[in-house]
Amino acid sequence: MGYPHPSHPKEMPLLSRHFGDTGARSYEGWVKRGGYEALRKALGMTPDQVTEEVKTSGLRGRGGAGFPTGLKWSFMPKPSGKPHYLCCNADESEPGTFKDREIMRWTPHQLLEGCAIAAYAIGAERCYIYIRGEFTTEYRILLEAVAEAYRHGALGANVFGSGKRIDVVVHRGAGAYICGEETALINSIEGKRGNPRIKPPFPAQAGLFGMPTTVNNVETLAAVPHIILRGGEWYKALSRGNPKSTGTKLFSVCGHVQKPGNYEVVMGTPMRELIFEMCGGMRPGRSLKAVIPGGSSVPIMTAEEVEDCPLDYEGIAAKGSMLGSGGMIVMDDSTDLVYQIMRLARFYAHESCAQCTQCREGTAWTTRILERILAGQGKAEDLELLLDLADQMTGKTICVLSDSCAAPVVSGIKKFRSEFEAYLNKLKRPAMVAV
Amino acid sequence: MSAGVHPGHHRDTEPDERYQPVFTGETRRRLEALFEHYPTRQACLLPALWMVQEARGWIPEQAIGEVAEVLGLTPAYVRGVVTFYTMYHTHPVGQYFVQVCTTSPCNICGAEEVVKAFLQHTGCGELGATSPDGRFTVIEVECLGACGYATPVLINDDFIEGVTPERVPGILQGYK
Repeated sequence: MGYPHPSHPKEMPLLSRHFGDTGARSYEGWVKRGGYEALRKALGMTPDQVTEEVKTSGLRGRGGAGFPTGLKWSFMPKPSGKPHYLCCNADESEPGTFKDREIMRWTPHQLLEGCAIAAYAIGAERCYIYIRGEFTTEYRILLEAVAEAYRHGALGANVFGSGKRIDVVVHRGAGAYICGEETALINSIEGKRGNPRIKPPFPAQAGLFGMPTTVNNVETLAAVPHIILRGGEWYKALSRGNPKSTGTKLFSVCGHVQKPGNYEVVMGTPMRELIFEMCGGMRPGRSLKAVIPGGSSVPIMTAEEVEDCPLDYEGIAAKGSMLGSGGMIVMDDSTDLVYQIMRLARFYAHESCAQCTQCREGTAWTTRILERILAGQGKAEDLELLLDLADQMTGKTICVLSDSCAAPVVSGIKKFRSEFEAYLNKLKRPAMVAV
Repeated sequence: MSAGVHPGHHRDTEPDERYQPVFTGETRRRLEALFEHYPTRQACLLPALWMVQEARGWIPEQAIGEVAEVLGLTPAYVRGVVTFYTMYHTHPVGQYFVQVCTTSPCNICGAEEVVKAFLQHTGCGELGATSPDGRFTVIEVECLGACGYATPVLINDDFIEGVTPERVPGILQGYK
């Protein structure tokens, strides 16, 4: 539902059905709402059957990459005596994204149930939930939920009498955006700096503590119980005709809309309906200028591109951007895009792990150029320099943090060039002092 | 990754008195209980550092040595990890540590005005500095992950949503 607003008729609240319902937070409250039926059902299936069901559903990773979840699970080796691990990525830090926080805050057992089912499917006896350090409330809620689940036999040495062991450990991060990258997350759990690893080997071959590991996002795992309970075919049918983008998706909408919040819709729902109907459109007297649709790491879309864009992986890709995490930053005509792109560049410069030169130097240099443009001290060749830098920062590093910094810069210059030129040509008053 | 500057403080270590270890008694037992959850001691590093910060309010140099010893790591290694993560304080901070999100989604909703209000009403004057009474330190933080509730502010462990400049004096009433 459009939490914190009442559900809109065009939504399909599946994962978000109990947002705002404090009664859903406890183990007993969750069971009353049908919780843990899916885990019991899964334990009666073989792990391969569980994986097949998820493959059938068409579920794709909701953290940003959109990789098919069932396929990812199937990359895990067959049991060989080595421990297998599941990591739940609850390091939600992508600017514009705030859905996982809501899932954990209201329905922690929905997530734990998904973790247990996924762990069973991939042959893992232990799942680490890596939650960002700033989510202090959700950390406490998860710790309580895990303790409750153990008390009721939904976790532990003999889950619901099945003879299966599934342990869940909540691991708290300490402030580092990069730890949302799956191999950085693995390093962080291991007690290391959160530097991403070179792939291959992929985590399924050698991940946490060198063992076969699957990393899944909170929303992805929270969708799993619904798929197991109602069937992969049922989930797959939730689409608007695109078999590659199925199910429901939580879109976090923030910025200049009347009703920011989390809206859960069937994949393929028009972006226009989400922004202008469900979210109530722009503030009075304002018009839409731009949308960053998938968390801040994806290219900016113009108001025109929003008009006929469906909310699914392929639809947004066709507009030259990405669905990503579903974190939508909506900006109206009052927005200084040059300034906001500088803020994003500054974010990436701050969050670079500094392993790769292109990223360490590139994000900082990009920020400095944007700052001097905003201070009215830009040089004529600065836009070409930014684009050249962006090119050097794309596809050349261990992870995609530097690509993410380049995306809003390149799309911003391409689609809103005149705003940069207004600063360069002194047609606009400097927005900041020289730094 | 910058951990922020704290111009109000020049000392890197606790003054004079002998260092009191953190990992004794109940804290030691809590740490040892964690060992069961991880196949290596090293993996307990982030939780151990959280315990230090919980006990001392920051991570003093001697605590780095203590953590290293308890977990079988070198102080240099532990220091490398401490300085990577922005939430570990390598200097003392105010009794109430105020983090205001100013990344783009909040920025376009007026987050910079919220920062100004906190700086003014806490007496901190500038970002990263501690107020003369030692109660507050205010910093800008990158995305807190609550963009629909602009502007979110974290005061120690209290996560406060929808903060506006007008709300700041009232919020600060709760932190005496």
